[in-house]
Amino acid sequence: MTRRASIGLFVAGAVLGLLWAAPATPAEPPSIRVGSKSFTESYILAEIVAQIIDDTGEARAERRLGLGGSGIVHGALAGGHIDVYPEYTGTIAQAILKEPSLVLLEAMRGPLGTRGLIVGVPLGFDNTYALAVRRDAAARLGLRTISDLARHPRLRAAFDAGFLERADGWPGLQRHYGLRFADVRIMEHALTYPALASGRVDVIDVFSTDGQLSRLDLALLTDDRRFFPDYTAVLLARRALPERFPRTWAALERRLGGRIDTATMSRLNALADLERRSFAEVAATFLGRSTADTARRPVRELARLTLEHLRLVAVSLSVAVLLGVPLGILAARRRRLAQAELMGVGVLQTIPALALLSFMIPLFGIGEVPALVALSLYALLPIVRNTHAAISTLDPRLVEMTTVLGLRGWRRLAWIELPLASVTIMAGVKTSAVLTVGTATLAAFIGGGGYGTLIVTGLALNDVGTILAGAIPAAVMALVIHAAFEGLDRAVVPRALRAAASAPG
Amino acid sequence: MIALRNVTKRFGDRVALDHVSLTVEPGAMHVLLGSSGSGKSTVLRLILGLLHPDGGDVRVEPVAPMGYVVQDGALYPHLTAARNVVLPARAAGWTAARQAARLDALAALVDLEPELMGRYPHQLSGGQRQRVSLMRALMLDPPVLLLDEPLGALDPITRANLQVQLVRVFGELRKTVVLVTHDVREAFVFGSMITLLSHGRVVQQGTLTDLAQRPADPFVSEFLRAQTPPPEMTRDLRL
Repeated sequence: MTRRASIGLFVAGAVLGLLWAAPATPAEPPSIRVGSKSFTESYILAEIVAQIIDDTGEARAERRLGLGGSGIVHGALAGGHIDVYPEYTGTIAQAILKEPSLVLLEAMRGPLGTRGLIVGVPLGFDNTYALAVRRDAAARLGLRTISDLARHPRLRAAFDAGFLERADGWPGLQRHYGLRFADVRIMEHALTYPALASGRVDVIDVFSTDGQLSRLDLALLTDDRRFFPDYTAVLLARRALPERFPRTWAALERRLGGRIDTATMSRLNALADLERRSFAEVAATFLGRSTADTARRPVRELARLTLEHLRLVAVSLSVAVLLGVPLGILAARRRRLAQAELMGVGVLQTIPALALLSFMIPLFGIGEVPALVALSLYALLPIVRNTHAAISTLDPRLVEMTTVLGLRGWRRLAWIELPLASVTIMAGVKTSAVLTVGTATLAAFIGGGGYGTLIVTGLALNDVGTILAGAIPAAVMALVIHAAFEGLDRAVVPRALRAAASAPG
Repeated sequence: MIALRNVTKRFGDRVALDHVSLTVEPGAMHVLLGSSGSGKSTVLRLILGLLHPDGGDVRVEPVAPMGYVVQDGALYPHLTAARNVVLPARAAGWTAARQAARLDALAALVDLEPELMGRYPHQLSGGQRQRVSLMRALMLDPPVLLLDEPLGALDPITRANLQVQLVRVFGELRKTVVLVTHDVREAFVFGSMITLLSHGRVVQQGTLTDLAQRPADPFVSEFLRAQTPPPEMTRDLRL
């Protein structure tokens, strides 16, 4: 290998090494890791919990917010990657304990205890499905309960896709109450409110704490024959939490137990969803303190996310290079193996990135490590393919000459094959780098950090501005990394190959 | 000594060599003559051990590194001329000083200015590249040199000049040389002994005079005549 190339690789290695070594979070006194799902209410409750933890001073709150869905966040709690998160009794019974018949919170404590988990006192509200109609229509048609709807088969309904399909949604509800409507259409949840307000439909499904409910003049119909499961909000924690931090647990129970009623939660959701206040601000408002110290510091936040994102890309890309180049060489050497190998790497690529990320949770928990593993696997394909293609299509006369000249093994590889293949291999690495910048935004769904954190938050808030605040820096980073690799080419690709490539003829 | 006995080589269904026998004495110059597809390059690659015969046997004694030069030089584009030349010595673990001394001696031998050694192959002329390639083949001072159309890609003047130079170099070095060419003139300049191949078979072996005066087959005369200018042209142009 030429000296230039060695220096280039050394510098690149040193930079990656530093990024690798830089700790994700500086070592500090004990922390309580607070999780949340990726929707507004979960973010707000988790932020309130985090602020109470910090207030109590027994431990520091570490936020792992916006984890993508019940499976991921519960998996994180069960695996000990987070300590506490807000959950609903209905979800605990159905998704965690898999015993839908359990209704009473007290009945859940036993089975949860055997799993090392504990629930706190109910927060004071129920976030369940409900049906809403306009208040004037309710008065005109005499609608107070869901049973009343059965007398008005000419009404038009618009339901969210999830509600239309879930057994505990429309199909079950229809049977339970014997309902029939003139028209039932599927509609994005956020759009059902304007459709109802403008009178284009008469009935929509809502969550009982939707922020919109506190703004629009709507009537919620009572579930008089108790069809919807109870979705009482509680804190779900690891049993070790109250044992290790009794003062903190007591403070959480005292300041949250029964303190948030449905109207309050709806108002808090509205502050975030409709008034675009940060979750920290909304939480501070609820806790009755000034919001000055929780005000966003966008520049610092962006710098932190940039560093996180860069680490995700740099580490996973270097792992992919260290793994992918040898795999590509191996495939080029053994033709039989090549087919199986390229197919395997190709199949990895067909797994949706989000699915691949969630497969990592049982193995590596949540956070940066599983994200890095998934991203590394995802970055493999272009590198393996290009390395294989480059090595196996080298001019056969040049390769044959290595044998005549007595170049064997690593010498043949390092002196001849890799330098000659370097242009194509680097093209693969560049492709991978740019792809990884994009894919890394999904890491946020499993608590991996990076720009995706803003995108996940923005999706929860349905706030395009926040989504762009994550998406635009990611695009900029992709461009910058592409430019940086053009520079790295100068170090890795032998001078004459660059000159030959750019010379006419 | 190099000896091929009844060698047959197939590539799939195609028979590249059909019962070819050939002996090259140590220190001799031997030319393999024939048109493209006659199997002459395959003979070299069998001698080099890059290919193995399907029938018969190939013996090379002593088994030592052999020098090999091909038509376009097969220089590595990412290495300077000097780095190309010293490759086999680096692989053999020579000291830098020994490599440098040998490099200088070889440059003088093939008449290349030392400053050209810092250039990359694409910065050299075709004739210069072939001389660099020859230097690389000579780096370890091998007893056997195998040349596959080494001057085939050069313009006629460069080609003629290099032919003269190579004959001088080979005469000085007293190496066993096997040269592959389709060019009768080149065969005449280099070869005391010529093997004429056609479609994988040996048509005739002997000196050029033998081939011209006692052709073993009408093909021999035909092949020679095709490359000889007609007498009236030689006279009119005073060639």
